[in-house]
Formats: sequence, C-alpha cells, structure tokens
Amino acid sequence: MTGLFLINILLALAWGAVTGSFAEVNLFFGFVLGMMALYIIREQVGSDRYLRRFWQIGTLALLFIYELVLSALRVAAIVLRPKIDLKPGIIAYPLTVDRDFEITMLANLITLTPGTLSVDVSDDRRTLYVHCIDVPDKQATIDDIKNGFERKILEAFR
Amino acid sequence: MTPFYEIAVGIVLVVGSIFSLIATIGLLRLKDVYMRMHAGSKAGTLGSGLMLIALAVHAGEVDVLTRALAGVVFFLLTAPVAAHLLAKAAYQAGYQPCSDTHIDEMADEPK
Repeated sequence: MTGLFLINILLALAWGAVTGSFAEVNLFFGFVLGMMALYIIREQVGSDRYLRRFWQIGTLALLFIYELVLSALRVAAIVLRPKIDLKPGIIAYPLTVDRDFEITMLANLITLTPGTLSVDVSDDRRTLYVHCIDVPDKQATIDDIKNGFERKILEAFR
Repeated sequence: MTPFYEIAVGIVLVVGSIFSLIATIGLLRLKDVYMRMHAGSKAGTLGSGLMLIALAVHAGEVDVLTRALAGVVFFLLTAPVAAHLLAKAAYQAGYQPCSDTHIDEMADEPK
C-alpha cells in the first residue's frame, strides 16, 4: 500500500527527469501517468486495491465539500430567518469505527455537516456526543450519520 | 485575465464575504454557545475558503494557488477541531445549553 504510493511518486519524479521539468503541474501529470501505468500492471503487482482506495478517498473528500456547502446554506437559512425557533439537543451517537484517527475524522466530518457539531467522546470510545442545532427526531439523525459518513470512512480505510 | 475571470472572481469573493457576514450574524442571534459554534464553524469556514479560492484564481500563479489551497485545507482541518474543543471546554466548565434544548444525553454520562 505505502510501497505502491512511493513507487507512484518515484514514477512522477522519473517523468519529471525525462521531460526535464520539475514544475508542479508537470509532476502532477507524471503522478497521474504513473497511476495509469500501475493500473495497466494491476494484476501483476496487485495495485487495484491501492487505486480503489485513492478513488474512495477522493469521493469522501468530494462528499465532504458538498456537505460543507449544504450545511453553510442551512445555517444561513436558519440565521436569516426572522424568528429563530429551533429544538437543539445533545445526542449520544453509538460509534462503529474504533480506531483513533477514524473517530477523529468522523468527528471532524460531523462538525462540518448540516446541523451537527461533535462535542465529546466518551472515555471508552464507544459514544460520540453530538450537538444538533435542530433535532426533532433523534433516531433519524443517527441513521443519517451511520449510512453517510461512517460507512464511507469504513469503505475508505478498511 | 479575461473579463469572464474577473467577473467570476468578483462573484466568488462577494459570496464568500456574505457567508462570513452570515457567520457573524449567527454569532449575534443564536441563543447559546453550542448553537453559535454551528454558525462560526460552518458558514465561517466556507466563507474564508471561497475568498481564498477567489484570490488564488485572481493571482493566476501556481505558487499562490498552492498556498491558497493549503490555506483552505488547513481551514477545513482546524475549524472543526477548534469548534469541538470550544464546545467541550464550555460543557466541562458547566455552561448549560439554552432552555430550548430538549435532549441532553451527555448529562447522563457517568463521570
């Protein structure tokens, strides 16, 4: 996994050396070319897992930006409403992910998504306390996170 | 720099500023520290990010572009952490959520 990433960087550097230019754009192009080369020999060196992971992390990043825009719009709609009438609450979210960096990542993603803000993790790493700006139905919010971000994280890092 | 770019940069800049303004209005209008954090962390991040991107496109140089993108990435990384820590610190310091708050499962947590 890491080895293939290093090879990919090496291929990008080789491309830079061959074309005689180490400009950022050219190195990036070399990196993409290296990825294509790894794709062609995927059966010999088993690189399809590596490429699939790249794809999954990419879609996770896109989903993240999309949700950020959505959540900013929603906050804007709430703030600009003439009368602010909300039902905020702090809910306990049962975690499925258990590794530290996955919890960190999920907490960060939750904070930047519509209406939710992670407040604390319980000491046994099983529960994430999430503050919701408007939570008429607690279970619906939990299901949203479970089927959205948490599943994406599990796909990308397992 | 064609007129098209100029207009696009201008629009993105204005939209970014509007989001920053909304974040500020949110800080003033929402009721307690936890709800204010929502406005600050989300609308604020998007506003600053959009303005940085507009700057990068306007400069039209690769080194400015990479620096601006690094700025956006660091905003995305640090804003949630800062909001989370502020909320956690506020809760531990005993700040009660406002009276509209109808669920508080953190109160049941064994200390």
